[in-house]
Amino acid sequence: MTAVISNNNEALLGCAENLVDRIEEGNETEITRIISQLGEIQEKAMFQEIGKITRKLHDALGGGSTDSRMISIAQSDIPDAKMRLNHVISMTEESANKTLTAIEAALPVSDLLHENSEKLYAKWQKFRSKDMSFDEFRSMSGEIDTFLGETCGQAKTINSKLTDVMMAQDFQDLTGQIIRRVISLVQEVEENLVDMIKSPIDSSEPVNDKKADADKLQAGMGPAVPNVAEAGVAVSGQDEVDDLLSSLGF
Amino acid sequence: MKKDMKILVVDDFSTMRRIIKNLLRDLGFTNIDEADDGSTGLPKLQNGNFDFLVTDWNMPGMTGIELLKAVRADENLSSLPVLMVTAESKREQIIEAAQAGVNGYIVKPFTAATLKEKIDKIFERIEATAE
Repeated sequence: MTAVISNNNEALLGCAENLVDRIEEGNETEITRIISQLGEIQEKAMFQEIGKITRKLHDALGGGSTDSRMISIAQSDIPDAKMRLNHVISMTEESANKTLTAIEAALPVSDLLHENSEKLYAKWQKFRSKDMSFDEFRSMSGEIDTFLGETCGQAKTINSKLTDVMMAQDFQDLTGQIIRRVISLVQEVEENLVDMIKSPIDSSEPVNDKKADADKLQAGMGPAVPNVAEAGVAVSGQDEVDDLLSSLGF
Repeated sequence: MKKDMKILVVDDFSTMRRIIKNLLRDLGFTNIDEADDGSTGLPKLQNGNFDFLVTDWNMPGMTGIELLKAVRADENLSSLPVLMVTAESKREQIIEAAQAGVNGYIVKPFTAATLKEKIDKIFERIEATAE
């Protein structure tokens, strides 16, 4: 642990010196970057410490046995979970923006449609009550012509924007799957802690990673999350799926 | 491809079922039923004269890949066209679905155009082999 701390202190010292220089220069982007780097160093050390404390606790209770699963939770699953939740934030943000963009595009079109139909309706009423000159009628029939032509395009635009709004709601499924995985991790941590207290003697079986990976793939692992490594190689999108399937004779 | 064909949409998220149903309706399909996982979907398929199955993969209870395998193993359902619409994007999984006899595979997030394209392709193939 002393080694970790002294490594850490060196890294922190380096960052701090760098930070002072940048503050003197007034370089704001660098300042922000270094501050977040400082945070990361602290975080990494914290996760290592959690791993070690867990191990110590377990050793103290179980007399020399270690729980490799808890250490891997602390060292990789928890940081992964953080990345997953960050991805959820960006997905919900993206969906909200997509929805708002589509609505902002559709509203003026529906306003125009309303305005034009209202004007035309007033004229039509005038015509129906036989209160219209021939010249007025001629000009109205031209307007009707334009209106009908424009309405087709406008209705199509509104339809396509509404479809965009609908498709943007897919985030609920995708983020839901990601959040479910984080919940199951939290549950696993809880169960592990409870087990640790209940049965100090380590009865955990060594995990067969290959088998566990195959099981995970079978059950489904939810959407791929950027920068989170897990079993299997993810395709980058529909084009790659199509290529893969066509290579299999589809 | 008949517009009145009976379609089952299986996904554990009701929002995704609504999206898929609306897209199908936009394509002219109106005879749509839904289920929230394989274990509720399979009995519907066995009793319902469905013409097409659209299913997710990752669902509690019975997963989509299990449902696909169960469909292919059931002599009354074995030739039912199956389209998978899922966030599962690992190469191994796509290969597995292909080997289990899936007719099309769409990764989420997807577009309305992709759904149309895959459905058209599935039924073009079926009609071509039927001739």
